[in-house]
Amino acid sequence: MRANTWAGRNKVEVRDVPDPRILNDRDAIVRITSTAICGSDLHLVDGYVPTMQDGDVMGHEFMGEVIEVGSGVAPDRLRVGDRVVVPFPIACGACAACAAELYSCCENSNPNAGIAEKMFGHPVAGIFGYSHLTGGFAGGQAQYARVPFADVGPLKIESDLTDEQVLFLSDILPTGYMGADMCDIQPSDVVAVWGAGPVGQFAMDSARVLGAAKVIAIDKEPYRLQMAEQAGHIPVNFDEVDVRSVLLELTGGRGPDKCIDAVGLEATHGSAHVAAYDRVKQAVRSETDRPHALRQAILSCRSGGVVSVIGVYGGLLDKFPAGAWMNRSLTLRTGQCHVHRYMKPLLERIERGELDPTRIITHTLPLEEADRGFDIFKNKQDNCEKVVLKT
Amino acid sequence: MTQVVSRGTARASQDQVRQRGRGLGWLSLGLGIAQLAAPDAVRRISGVDDSSRSRAVVPLVGARELLHAAGLLTSRRKGTWAWTRVAGDAMDLTSLGIAIAHRDGRRRRRLVGVTGAIVGITALDLLTAVQATPAEKIKPAPVVRGSRKGGSMELTATTTVRKPASEVFAFWRELENLPTFMAHVEEVRATGDRTSHWVAAAPFGKEVEWDAEITDESPSERIAWRSTGKTDVPNTGSVRFVPAPDGESTEVYVNLGYEVPGGKVGKAVARYFGEEPHQQLDDDLRRLKQVLETGEVVRSDGAPWGKRARKEFPQRPAQPLSDAEFEKGADA
Repeated sequence: MRANTWAGRNKVEVRDVPDPRILNDRDAIVRITSTAICGSDLHLVDGYVPTMQDGDVMGHEFMGEVIEVGSGVAPDRLRVGDRVVVPFPIACGACAACAAELYSCCENSNPNAGIAEKMFGHPVAGIFGYSHLTGGFAGGQAQYARVPFADVGPLKIESDLTDEQVLFLSDILPTGYMGADMCDIQPSDVVAVWGAGPVGQFAMDSARVLGAAKVIAIDKEPYRLQMAEQAGHIPVNFDEVDVRSVLLELTGGRGPDKCIDAVGLEATHGSAHVAAYDRVKQAVRSETDRPHALRQAILSCRSGGVVSVIGVYGGLLDKFPAGAWMNRSLTLRTGQCHVHRYMKPLLERIERGELDPTRIITHTLPLEEADRGFDIFKNKQDNCEKVVLKT
Repeated sequence: MTQVVSRGTARASQDQVRQRGRGLGWLSLGLGIAQLAAPDAVRRISGVDDSSRSRAVVPLVGARELLHAAGLLTSRRKGTWAWTRVAGDAMDLTSLGIAIAHRDGRRRRRLVGVTGAIVGITALDLLTAVQATPAEKIKPAPVVRGSRKGGSMELTATTTVRKPASEVFAFWRELENLPTFMAHVEEVRATGDRTSHWVAAAPFGKEVEWDAEITDESPSERIAWRSTGKTDVPNTGSVRFVPAPDGESTEVYVNLGYEVPGGKVGKAVARYFGEEPHQQLDDDLRRLKQVLETGEVVRSDGAPWGKRARKEFPQRPAQPLSDAEFEKGADA
């Protein structure tokens, strides 16, 4: 089959690789119809996530048709011919983490748990196409994928919704939603979201459906801010204004009640010297993550507020404003999305028309052009917000 | 979980340390060139332009920097070369200390500034040197105490399985189940109510066999065993099953002891367990948990062979197996 693979730093390559096969009894094989490039894929391509290897099949947002199921998958859960969206974390459904609905912390789905344990203290779940640290599973930017624990993860789509309407249930829609969910939003809340990329946009939409009084979008790309504004959110361009003063102005001096970091470890910064400081430290590996958005979110949040982190961090960071966090009673909540928890309720919201995930799609390309897709997405060319790849 | 994490982390970041070593090499190159090409400017910036001795010393220091640079940029042994930088830093700091003591005013301020910078760089050099020096050299961690003459090795590990103690006990007590999750154990055959015969894989495709007997057992709580008769590696083991505070899971505590002989066999055993025998026992228990909670040992494209996956990283790439690879199996 054809698959988009990691070919070293800043290089992806669509290659011929063997077709997947059932390795565990609870596997299924899915013929992929639609897949997408995620912002977190850029961290892999930019070389900030360790344990990538040449030839690793990338991609963790995908959907398609089940063409084979293992002997351990009960027919009432999944059958050949089912149309499914596959959640990006692989979860066994049986361990204590899964029982607590902490699917991205599944204790059994990562065969390389030993590596993850060394990096993170405790292991994390397996993830499709996301380094060997998270299991070494081939990803979904391909014609076919093997899906382990297929009786737990895949969500069957039985209505006539298009691929584009449901594809993002695999990751970015639940991830954005979890960002808002962790904020415990009250009707009086002003919610500020750092990053108006795809996850940020969905975090904003989710904050709105969860009842926030006002939602603020912070970014520097005019087209992304415009996209947020068209969806009813208030744009703040950190390249043009001082974020802190504008946030105070928009909240009567209180600061946002809830702050969401949808940026993660490769933040850019309006202030050139701070940006340079972190870039240099990251380049010489004395910190692995550039946390401007997180710092600003913590300093901006009103006392007693919640800072919800859904942007990906991979290692260590510097100048974490622990004083602000501790002295002002902030709550920091975070996690890789527990996608399984949110898929069904979000599918219902899509069916009811409360959320329209298609609004962020700017580019649709054939899988063969994945490298071009990465290029325009990474460099924000052609007002690129989200690239969908078709097989 | 066992206590071997710190050494593992040190190894995982070796690439970064090497990269930092190269960075220090470039720094040395820059400093060396500056001190050799423009010694007067360096002397002025450092506040020692009033001393005639510094005219001789600065280019010498520059030459030394070039030596560090050559070592750090070309040699694979970044540790050794980073230590030469630490030694150089110590010399520089001593000279600067003497120079500060003999000056005041603007020159003294400049000297203090330069000293501050050197202190920072020294910290970085020291960190790089320590990290780049193989862990074995800093802290010997012999797998087998007194390995030439043989000795004993004791391993402990623990995990929590979300199944009742009776079920976990029953699975373990059915000794024939042990090879499903124990990497080294090929086969366990019950030969009597309390006796069994074990076959384990040994290096170079050989096998080690021994008889064992259960010395003590208490249903749902504990099993203890030991090898009997003549065997290459006399061993004992015990496992305790303790109900976890959540009321539904079981904490599993394993304790293994090996009497490792001297000579060739001992060496082979030591090599077989590798540098991190704890890691192997941890992984065994991880698989026990997988088998009990999910029914089988989880496989990925990077680690497709279940318990036969020896090497953590680098692995095969995360892409599906070809037919040929699949036919060959774990031994390919």
